[in-house]
Amino acid sequence: MTTWPILSVTTFLPLVGALIVYLSRGDDEAAKGNARWIALWTTLITFAVSLLLVWRFDPSVADFQFVERTNWLAAGIAYHMGVDGISLPFVILTTALMPFCIIASWKSVQQRVREYMMAFLILETLMVGTFAALDLVLFYLFFEGGLIPMFLIIGVWGGPRRVYASFKFFLYTLLGSVLMLLAIMALYWNGGTTDIPTLMHTAVPRSLQTWAWLAFLASFAVKMPMWPVHTWLPDAHVEAPTAGSVILAAILLKMGGYGFLRFSLPMFPLASHDFAPLIFTLSTIAIIYTSLVALMQEDMKKLIAYSSVAHMGFVTMGIFAGTMQGVAGGVFQMISHGIVSGALFLCVGIVYDRMHTREIAAYGGLVNRMPLYALVFMVFTMANVGLPGTSGFIGEFMTLLGTFKVSIPTAFFATTGVILSAAYALWLYRKIVFGALVKPSLMSIKDLTFRESLTLFPLVALTILFGVYPKPVLDMSAASVQQLVNNYNTAVTAVKAAALLQ
Amino acid sequence: MSFETAGYQLAPVVPELVLAVGSMALLMLGAYRGQGTTKAVTTLAVLLLVATGVLELWLPAGKLVTFGGSFIVDDFARFLKVLALIGSGVTLVISTEFLADPSRRIFEYAILVLLSTLGMMVLISAGDLISLYLGLELMSLALYVVAASNRDNAKSTEAGLKYFVLGALSSGMLLYGSSLIYGFTGTISFAGIAASAKTANVGLVFGLVFLLAGLCFKVSAVPFHMWTPDVYEGAPTPVTAFFASAPKVAALAVFTRATLTAFPGILGEWQQILVFVAIASMLLGAFAGIGQTNIKRLMGYSSIGHMGFALLGLAAGTPEGAQGVLVYIAIYVAMTLGAFVVILAMKRNGVSVENISDFAGLSRTNPLLAFFFMMLLFSLAGAPPLAGFFAKWYVFVAAVKANMFTLAVIGVLSSVVGAYYYLAIVKTMYFDEPAGRVDPVRVELRTVLAITGLFNIFFFAYPAPLVSMASAAAKSLF
Repeated sequence: MTTWPILSVTTFLPLVGALIVYLSRGDDEAAKGNARWIALWTTLITFAVSLLLVWRFDPSVADFQFVERTNWLAAGIAYHMGVDGISLPFVILTTALMPFCIIASWKSVQQRVREYMMAFLILETLMVGTFAALDLVLFYLFFEGGLIPMFLIIGVWGGPRRVYASFKFFLYTLLGSVLMLLAIMALYWNGGTTDIPTLMHTAVPRSLQTWAWLAFLASFAVKMPMWPVHTWLPDAHVEAPTAGSVILAAILLKMGGYGFLRFSLPMFPLASHDFAPLIFTLSTIAIIYTSLVALMQEDMKKLIAYSSVAHMGFVTMGIFAGTMQGVAGGVFQMISHGIVSGALFLCVGIVYDRMHTREIAAYGGLVNRMPLYALVFMVFTMANVGLPGTSGFIGEFMTLLGTFKVSIPTAFFATTGVILSAAYALWLYRKIVFGALVKPSLMSIKDLTFRESLTLFPLVALTILFGVYPKPVLDMSAASVQQLVNNYNTAVTAVKAAALLQ
Repeated sequence: MSFETAGYQLAPVVPELVLAVGSMALLMLGAYRGQGTTKAVTTLAVLLLVATGVLELWLPAGKLVTFGGSFIVDDFARFLKVLALIGSGVTLVISTEFLADPSRRIFEYAILVLLSTLGMMVLISAGDLISLYLGLELMSLALYVVAASNRDNAKSTEAGLKYFVLGALSSGMLLYGSSLIYGFTGTISFAGIAASAKTANVGLVFGLVFLLAGLCFKVSAVPFHMWTPDVYEGAPTPVTAFFASAPKVAALAVFTRATLTAFPGILGEWQQILVFVAIASMLLGAFAGIGQTNIKRLMGYSSIGHMGFALLGLAAGTPEGAQGVLVYIAIYVAMTLGAFVVILAMKRNGVSVENISDFAGLSRTNPLLAFFFMMLLFSLAGAPPLAGFFAKWYVFVAAVKANMFTLAVIGVLSSVVGAYYYLAIVKTMYFDEPAGRVDPVRVELRTVLAITGLFNIFFFAYPAPLVSMASAAAKSLF
């Protein structure tokens, strides 16, 4: 069908861009500008190439498409790439958000611009690779490799407590992942290969399923993050530069959910079924507890960080419900949250660039001087709440619907989270945007510049578009989700039937 | 062509003969022409090492045995000999600056490195306990002297003395163990021991324990690691780089060959010992490194930890495990030589600086040096996609296949702890404010750093050659 490897090109194009940035020597203003423009064009071209994937993608096929395969490490470990309806949306989300990150860093990053742009471009390669890898070792390489650039982004360009935050981020994530690495090895010896499509159809003994499932959980729960291993996230978010927060919230967190969909559910269906109550409990606690914590925050970024944990709770709940609505809702919620939380961090970054504080108490009455900003911020706040008509609603509603069929108490408690999220999001919005403009430091604050509008308005459009017409995303993933859910249910019912016969 | 003496084929030992004769010739050159020949002797020594390596690869393929089975050349020996020769050669190259100092014009340095390398080659090919001991002593005696080669420096002298005293003790243990093994099996050849040691008896196990204790000392595994940080810190930096690379290759080689070919019948016995040693080394290397302020001392603890990981592969006792050890040591040599090149390059106004705090802000004063060092550190920590990850992958995959899950879990967790101090150095270089300019890096250091650094970064793109060579080498033991 294709004559050139689109997927590999999408993955490694940013790396080429990073190399070009490296070759553009110099430290003066002109060199900084060059680095910015090269990075922007690279991300734009990458995005354009990734749109080709959408265009040529056949949504009626549940299997992997654009498959590329070359020998790599040893027998059974190959360079194997490909996307299906579950991974393609994440690839597009990554390539689509990167240009916004570059534009958002245009003015706010003035130190070591070349290195900054290189770190982001390398990170993009690793993120796209994570979603496109069809070999467990290759996946792990991309998945873990992303830690290095992110560690530097937080540590070099971050806030005052950046050292603590970057170490916590790196070590926490590494700790979870090394256990997954051992599980990957165990699967390798069980199936003789680390090829993901093959492993999906390889029977895994029940005991190995349990252990491997727990090991994968250790990694993905930290990445997601799920309560109680979420504590690295608020620190990392608060200290990271704006674009770093956007990437963290919008894409890195999704790797956890993607991992559950790609590995836990298809490869260990029985263990997933056994442990679903555990996930439901953790998700409900995450939704209610972190929403309450969010209510108490004084730092804007921290509030949004905690709200991310709560929203990820909906995703895990939906995925492990194992129903069509739950899983599709989980995918949609991740995409929607990627857009909305990324945009919210951009909004925080905009006022932070002007006032150099993220304290909620330092703001108030911004609507008087920044009407455009107030409007944009409101759209994203509403999407964060899950107001019908925004993309946030579709995801939350579908996951709740899917869970309701499986566990009514979980759905009941999770729904209270919707109310709580309305409480903290609206409270934040009121404190910052409404009220009288009395603080003298805010008297001369300026509304959105053209550059800032450029980063926000496309996201506003997408939030509302997917809110009223979610079909493009749902259709793209429908066939793959259907197959995933069918396989899962077949495996679970087979075991139940066998148990009944005995 | 029949090239033999007293009925024994000499062809398999031609590389060793060339190395021995060549180093004697260089010794004569130095002794008759004086210290002015230091540079010439060093250069010729590097060429001699290259020639030895080429000869080694020119030997006929397959397993060659001579001297009644005490000297074996197989794929395993070829792989590790070439690696040890590379380590020694690079050491001599990066010692140029150290030797250029008028107060340290010692041509004996190169000769000692050559003799030590000769010992390593004998050690790697050792097929019985006598040639094992001969190789080990030739290697170690030369190393004791090299450690003290900075004659007027108290720390260097202390390092040499400490290494000698503890090394002599460990040799004693090794000899005692060998004599017990001989006493209870009636033979010194590995093949003979394997044939008679089908079941464990007390005497044999005692002998095995003492033998392994002696070997653990040489690879600096816990609980025989105490000398490592002191010697690493005290010895001149090029010498430390040498200690960390080639002798480790040889010691690990004989460790692997002795356990796998002489004691396969009592695998359960030595496996227990290795599991303990591996766990203790990994944990100590991870935890004790955290508080260090001197970079060379830190590398000492790091090497203890890395030997623990390598022994973890050996503990599996399978061909996969042996392959893991070989891949590990090959990548480890590249990483550690690269890291020591950076430490060597760290000079302010001609004076070497060794504290971790001296690396502050290196990313701004010398970005390229900092970048390569960062990549080497992440690789030492085992972060993908760097070479260090693959090293760990192969040993852990062997441990998992052998169902040693507890060992593997402790191993990966200690690698997370160990990652902390590597990250701390990256933090010092990248997050902190610069602590002053560093001197320009000499060209030979830059070359070595570029080669090791690029190998380390791009290993993932084409890992097949090293992996398949290691696989073939490991198979030759079974």
